[in-house]
Amino acid sequence: MKYKVREKPISMPDVFTHKPGTDQQSTHYCPGCGHGNLHKIIGETLDELGVRENTILISPVGCSVFAYYYFDVGNIQAAHGRAPAVATGAKRAQPHSLVISYQGDGDLAAIGGNNIIQAANRGENITVIFVNNAIYGMTGGQMAPTTLPGQHTSTTPRGRSVRNEGPPIRVCELLAALDTPVYLERTAIIDPKTIGKTRRAIKKALQIQKDGLGFSLVEILSACPTGWKLPPPEARRWIEENMLEYFPLGVYRDKTKEERPAEEEYPIEDVAAVLGLDDDTGDVSPDRSGEGEEVHEALKIAGFGGQGILLLGEIIAEAGMISGRQVTWLPSYGPEMRGGTANCQVVLSSGRIGTPLVSRPNVLVAMNRPSFEKFAGDVTDGGAILYDSSLIQDVSAPAAVSEFAIPATQIAADLGNTRVANVVMLGAYMAINRSMGRDAVMKSIAIHIRKKDLLPLNEKALHKGMEAVKSAAVG
Amino acid sequence: MARKLMKGNVAVVMGAVLADCRSFYGYPITPASEITETAANLFPRLGRSFLQAESEVAAINMVYGAASTGVRAMTASSSPGISLKQEGISYAAGSQLPIVVVDVMRGGPGLGNIGPEQSDYFQMTKGGGHGNYRNIVLAPNCAQEMCDFTILAFELADRYRNPAVILTDGFIGQMMEPVDLKPVEIEPVDKKGWAVDGTGDTTDNLICSIFLAPEDLEAHNTVLREKYRRISETEIRFEEYRTEDANVLLIGYGVVSRLLISVVDEARRAGKRYGLLRPISLWPFPTDAIRKYIHQVDSFFVCELSHGQLIEDVRLAVAEEKPVNFYSRSGGVVPSTEEIHRAILDGKEEVLS
Ligand SMILES: Cc1ncc(C[n+]2csc(CCOP(=O)(O)OP(=O)(O)O)c2C)c(N)n1
Repeated sequence: MKYKVREKPISMPDVFTHKPGTDQQSTHYCPGCGHGNLHKIIGETLDELGVRENTILISPVGCSVFAYYYFDVGNIQAAHGRAPAVATGAKRAQPHSLVISYQGDGDLAAIGGNNIIQAANRGENITVIFVNNAIYGMTGGQMAPTTLPGQHTSTTPRGRSVRNEGPPIRVCELLAALDTPVYLERTAIIDPKTIGKTRRAIKKALQIQKDGLGFSLVEILSACPTGWKLPPPEARRWIEENMLEYFPLGVYRDKTKEERPAEEEYPIEDVAAVLGLDDDTGDVSPDRSGEGEEVHEALKIAGFGGQGILLLGEIIAEAGMISGRQVTWLPSYGPEMRGGTANCQVVLSSGRIGTPLVSRPNVLVAMNRPSFEKFAGDVTDGGAILYDSSLIQDVSAPAAVSEFAIPATQIAADLGNTRVANVVMLGAYMAINRSMGRDAVMKSIAIHIRKKDLLPLNEKALHKGMEAVKSAAVG
Repeated sequence: MARKLMKGNVAVVMGAVLADCRSFYGYPITPASEITETAANLFPRLGRSFLQAESEVAAINMVYGAASTGVRAMTASSSPGISLKQEGISYAAGSQLPIVVVDVMRGGPGLGNIGPEQSDYFQMTKGGGHGNYRNIVLAPNCAQEMCDFTILAFELADRYRNPAVILTDGFIGQMMEPVDLKPVEIEPVDKKGWAVDGTGDTTDNLICSIFLAPEDLEAHNTVLREKYRRISETEIRFEEYRTEDANVLLIGYGVVSRLLISVVDEARRAGKRYGLLRPISLWPFPTDAIRKYIHQVDSFFVCELSHGQLIEDVRLAVAEEKPVNFYSRSGGVVPSTEEIHRAILDGKEEVLS
């Protein structure tokens, strides 16, 4: 047999400068620990691929928490199980980089189980090095999701019971159930042959990332002599005799030769265009009425979900803003929005608005009976109630409040579309108040009504509402 | 410049875009979802990174990864999601990463409800996750500030290499108001000194929060403490409203401060001398600004949408030298201004101790 003599990789320098203390030449791993072998293989592979400078290594929580001591690459240490999420953020921020998520079996398959599945499923272009040593090394030999049935650990003192703890999780097989991963292979560190295979697998996985093909993961069955309470040579034999049967070695996915579906390309826009920094929606409309006058309107607008209640409030608030007012619009939000009743509170003011909550409106727009009944009593003396008299009859407003019965739904139906009933009410409201001008209202409608061919209808509805209010005063 | 009517939640994303935030990771939750939805709409169009993460835990860790590489990164959520993010925030604080987290608070504990509450005050201003750390916490009370404070949060996060938080509530998030949008000058920060961006210049850098030797971790904590001291000296922000001659000083933040502005105005019209002090930075807390009024006012009055969190900081400031009265609602109930008026007149203390 011929052995290649490898030089110390530059990706793993002679002196581990990130390592505290005086011994900066040896690793912190126990004799015979798989992590040590694996680090060397990774270091050599990074050299071979010439990617050291671009590499970002994510160290997990586990025995390899200090992986960053040993690699002369960009290093990030992550929370327990979260390396795939951290890798996702790093890689997407720096697509030119080569990101390695190095994880133990507790980290990857227990606490971080969802993170690895989701990263694999998204096809993150990262490489995961997954060290399966069938135990929690760092915390002193507790059960891992990969602990074998019957295996004794400090938290399975009678041996892992499949009935109590379930069987071990086979990660490659699990991830192979997903469509996206490009490459999944399980190898082992037992002898020169398996080490060679591990080296080739890791190189392939990193090359896949370098080529931008997508998600790659290599699972390495790896010895933990301390955790297993075995001398190193026996520990390697233990992998062979006990782990291989449950965790067969091999390639579980290789899509490197497959065509990848083409993604639609979108042009990149600039900030001013996306945010509309050059739009002029806020220009003060020249026709605003009541200029210089002190205004403070507190509206409650209420009705059924689907009547365009929130939209009506938005159009009023927008028109108020265009007319140079301070405005607030506050919706009832959440489950209430989904069916049932809807209401919103709008304040238009010539000065700074304190509370956006309208507990005592001076204008109530009621589009159904429950709203009228619920809020009519709150309207302040001298205020007004506008209600849809097509839907609300036989009601009376408090004595000191003006009442306007607008057959909004009927008018809208006559115009051919009951959905503009809210705009009819808007016309009526506009006619009785001086806090926003007609041009501002039309401009606001144009902003909020997406279908431009509906604008003439809305303009008609607005006009009808203004007309209707003249004959709508009750008592 | 453009003036636009928008929800506070949308304004947050406007601020993030203007501040050159490059990575947004979120997970839907009412009443914060519009932030994630708006980022989903805008970030990809700008060639920036957006992803709906598998959980809040994943989202904060994606932010951790992106921020580690030196780009501006943020996440947004509401109370239950924020509880999940706390481990990640602690890691970011320990690793001295500039990240921005937005919390649009809702009712708790547990699943609570989606109404506005202010009961995340403790978890955001006092730490929340494990360890000795502080978030810089800003409390906007209108849509414009949702935008402006998001920009400010990025600046402060960068300047101090520390998590910065926008702490707001369902009403401020859901409310629409006019927002003036204008381009922002970004303060240049030399990230190469600490970030890890996948280039040869940064291979000596390390993002980590583990310091195995007790003396090393203590030294690290001392560095953090020194940083927090500097922040406390320079980054206190608050607003005073009609306080010049006030004999009752009202204190509240977020949506409550909007109610209190109306309470002050109504009281003034009735000839009462109320004034408002609104903490804008909840950490660092404007302790001295409040202490200044001990000799001026007869009493302090704290109103918050939680059963006694902000009041603890006010009490520490006032140190029993004057009465501190208290009124709170919770569960998503927001008091009317009339109700607050009555509570001030009652002068009752209802704080849980
Ligand atoms: C949130 C959290 N929970 C628990 C721990 C404690 N902990 C540290 S390492 C570890 C297990 C690591 O085992 P594994 O991922 O298998 O790696 P190994 O040490 O065997 O290489 C645990 C539970 C932690 N650091 N953080």
